[in-house]
Amino acid sequence: MISDQDLGITLIAIAPFLAAALAPFIHRFTKGHSGWVLAIIPASIFIYLLGFVEQIARGEVVNAGFDWVPSYGLRLSFYLDGLSVTFALLISGIGTFIILYSGAYLKGHVHQGRFLAFMLMFMGSMLGLVLSDNLVSLFVFWELTAITSFLLIGFDHVREASRRAAIQALVITGLGGLALLAAIVLLRQFTGQWDMSAMFGWSDAIKEGGMYLPILLLVIFAAFTKSAQFPFHFWLPNAMEAPTPVSAYLHSATMVKAGVYLLARFNPVLGDTFEWSLILQVFGGFTLLWGAAMAMKQTDLKQMLAQTTIASLGLLVLLIGIGTEVAITAAVLYLVSHAFYKGALFMVAGSVDHSTGTRDIGELGGLWRAMPLTFAAAAIGVAGMAGVPATVAFMAKEEMYAILELSSISDLFTNWTTTLAIVVMILGNAMMMAVGLSMLFKVFFGEMKTTPLKPHEGSLSIWIGALVLGGFSIWAGTQLYYFTNTILIPVASSIAGYGVEASLYIKFSMLTTLPFALSTLTWILGVVIFLAIADIRAIMRSFAKNLGWSFDKIFDWLIFGLIKLSARLTDFLHHGRLEIYLYVVFVGFALALILPLFGNFALPTMPPIETISFYEGGIFAMALVGLAAVVMAKTRLVAIVSLGIQGFAVALIFMLFGAPDLGFTQFMVETLSVVILALVMTRLHLDQRDFRAPMEIIRDGGLALIVGVGVTLVMFSVLQTTLDTRLSDFFTLTSVPLAHGSNIVNVILVDYRGLDTLGEISVVLAAGIAIIALIRIRSGGPQTGSGILKKITGGRRKKTAMANKTSKTSKVAKASKSTRAVSSRKASPAKSKASVEKGRKPA
Amino acid sequence: MIEFYMAPLIGVFFTVAVYLILSRAVIQMLLGITILGNGVNLLIFTLGRITREVPPIVPQGLKQPLQDIANPLPQALILTAIVIGFALFTFLLILGYRAYQELDADDTNNMRLAEPTGKTKPPLSY
Repeated sequence: MISDQDLGITLIAIAPFLAAALAPFIHRFTKGHSGWVLAIIPASIFIYLLGFVEQIARGEVVNAGFDWVPSYGLRLSFYLDGLSVTFALLISGIGTFIILYSGAYLKGHVHQGRFLAFMLMFMGSMLGLVLSDNLVSLFVFWELTAITSFLLIGFDHVREASRRAAIQALVITGLGGLALLAAIVLLRQFTGQWDMSAMFGWSDAIKEGGMYLPILLLVIFAAFTKSAQFPFHFWLPNAMEAPTPVSAYLHSATMVKAGVYLLARFNPVLGDTFEWSLILQVFGGFTLLWGAAMAMKQTDLKQMLAQTTIASLGLLVLLIGIGTEVAITAAVLYLVSHAFYKGALFMVAGSVDHSTGTRDIGELGGLWRAMPLTFAAAAIGVAGMAGVPATVAFMAKEEMYAILELSSISDLFTNWTTTLAIVVMILGNAMMMAVGLSMLFKVFFGEMKTTPLKPHEGSLSIWIGALVLGGFSIWAGTQLYYFTNTILIPVASSIAGYGVEASLYIKFSMLTTLPFALSTLTWILGVVIFLAIADIRAIMRSFAKNLGWSFDKIFDWLIFGLIKLSARLTDFLHHGRLEIYLYVVFVGFALALILPLFGNFALPTMPPIETISFYEGGIFAMALVGLAAVVMAKTRLVAIVSLGIQGFAVALIFMLFGAPDLGFTQFMVETLSVVILALVMTRLHLDQRDFRAPMEIIRDGGLALIVGVGVTLVMFSVLQTTLDTRLSDFFTLTSVPLAHGSNIVNVILVDYRGLDTLGEISVVLAAGIAIIALIRIRSGGPQTGSGILKKITGGRRKKTAMANKTSKTSKVAKASKSTRAVSSRKASPAKSKASVEKGRKPA
Repeated sequence: MIEFYMAPLIGVFFTVAVYLILSRAVIQMLLGITILGNGVNLLIFTLGRITREVPPIVPQGLKQPLQDIANPLPQALILTAIVIGFALFTFLLILGYRAYQELDADDTNNMRLAEPTGKTKPPLSY
């Protein structure tokens, strides 16, 4: 049964694709307002999803979908729980404003319709990814996000940097996709299930089974490539080549979170083991520090944001790796707050770029007066980055520092891993805060600087998104009770796999708690780093300069190495020498003939010697003489006549052994062949002999002999089996009664297999047409043809008129560049035609 | 069994055909293809078993042949094959002829339009 709900939920993932198909047309009709029209799609999805929130908050889950390939037990199934609905809300909610933003940001761009279509396609893939229950559809959507991301990063495809970034992102996330596919197959082998929701019950069995580690590593690899974890992080900063709406949407709020989503989704199944927490904590923590540090090096707004995004993703992975109830609550809080503030900041960066023409913080300053609304959005965003109270990020930070449960000082050492994680988090958060502050102060405060464009506030679509996201950040940070119950607890529970309890509050007693003390420490550290950031940047830049290598360079080296390797392989395989290609083919043929004989072949028992009549023997001898003469012939003409001899011998064999029709046909064809061949040969001036070096004769002859012997032996072994004559008998018995013809061969051809004969006639017709075309159409030689004139060797013909013609036309082509071109061009066709006529006459 | 005499003969057809096809001269290859066609036709004919001198024809007025007749099925196949083989032969011949006119070469080593000599230059950019 298909209910409305099944249809509705499936439509969430499908509708954006449908909209994408129409987007270019909608754009054509609505011009500048296409953003507003198309934003209706994500907005309606958002509203539809809101309807599930209450149900999910009660701890229920919703299953929906269609049978997909029932014979394989595949369902296109969707699963709505706290985690997936929250992700879907973020995707559609932020998506609404991003589509609006894209409408204004790329206003007047020739390919804006295409851009919007890509964006909607991405949105559909992302929604499908987070809502999928079926692992196969999850994989399909996962790959679709990689493909649409490729299209979007490479949107400005005329620039090489853009193309490179697109390929890089596709290669790296594509590798992760393959790993995910392998993991899904392994899971299916082990559990016999395709559905994610069915895996939850298998958690213990999987962990105890021998396939746990491979599955774990594959899933983690997939997640790390997608979520830009060290050492696969470098594609993300390069992806900033994409237009800013893409960066704001894909590379901060949604696609890069897909890896985190995957880890969170699999946490109840694969999590809570030593390997899981070790790998996630080590790589997550390192990525956090790496990204935050690299962010300080940058002066480009988008690069700063991209690097801090890497850091934030590392922080999320670290928190999931820690995996305690508090850590997971913190991860959810951070996930939501990051989506709000990072999306907003990217939009701010885009609007600054849009209105001033630069994104470099060194060239910007004092914009708050010119762009007050953008400034407000940026201020809220940076407040989120710094974790200022009243934003949800503050609660996130409080919660992540709460993983440290300290009853005495010695706990710091006994739980040293937690302590280390806390230190890493404080450092990372402080560095990110410093980066955020430097963005805010450099861009919006200080004195106005002259920028390529005169700074101005953009249109409503440009600033509304950032401002609304900022508003959400404050809403979630203040309406704590509602937020906790509708979002936080359901999401944390689906990640943990059991009911999580959490209560958030802001009160004065907090001021004395340990987490608040750590938060304060972070703020102080952040300000200190901010004050010293210019020096730190200078040091890091000189260090990177002296280092001489980077992940990017390694990537290039690998890709170019692959290209060079393929070039070599191509040269090896495609050497362009036809006789070698054919030699390889016939070696394969010989092997196919000879090898099977070794397995089950006893040399055929000698057939009973039967005397053959002299005329049969005579015809056999005639065939052999003809064949030998073809090979030995001193001149081409003799070879052609000898070809006729063997052909006539074949015709006689047909005649003798009860096939007169074949004999007649063969006689005619053979005669025609020889006549035509002889006619054509007289028009060519060819070498009289087939020149082969002695070694080549041995090589070719040897192979030919093996093939011949192989054919003979195979025939011997086939002839010793009994012939299945059912089909022949059928034709023989029914020829007269059914088809009313007494010549059985003819009946087969025109009646039983009449369509085949029609096909045969068509082939002959096609060949005839092709021959006419070949003879009639004269191009005057290919443009590059004159470069490959055959070497004139001793005993060869004189240059023919044809060659003259070729060189003449190339001369004409050269001459046409000069001023006298017109006259010479007019004159030459007649001339060259004349030379053709001459050339056709037999020499 | 006459078939056991035919098998080696067909082997010779194949040997000669392969040897000719491995040549660098286009005309030589064409001769080889024709001979290969004949060899294959004979192979099909022989594997359908040979009956001497009784064509697969039902005598006038009868519904079925009185005696054993030659196997009609391979003959039908070969009849088609001969005609198609002829079409192929003429087409290849004209193709070779035109290639000779346009490229001025009948040695396949000099026909390098599609695969020029020299190393492939790998495109080292994105």
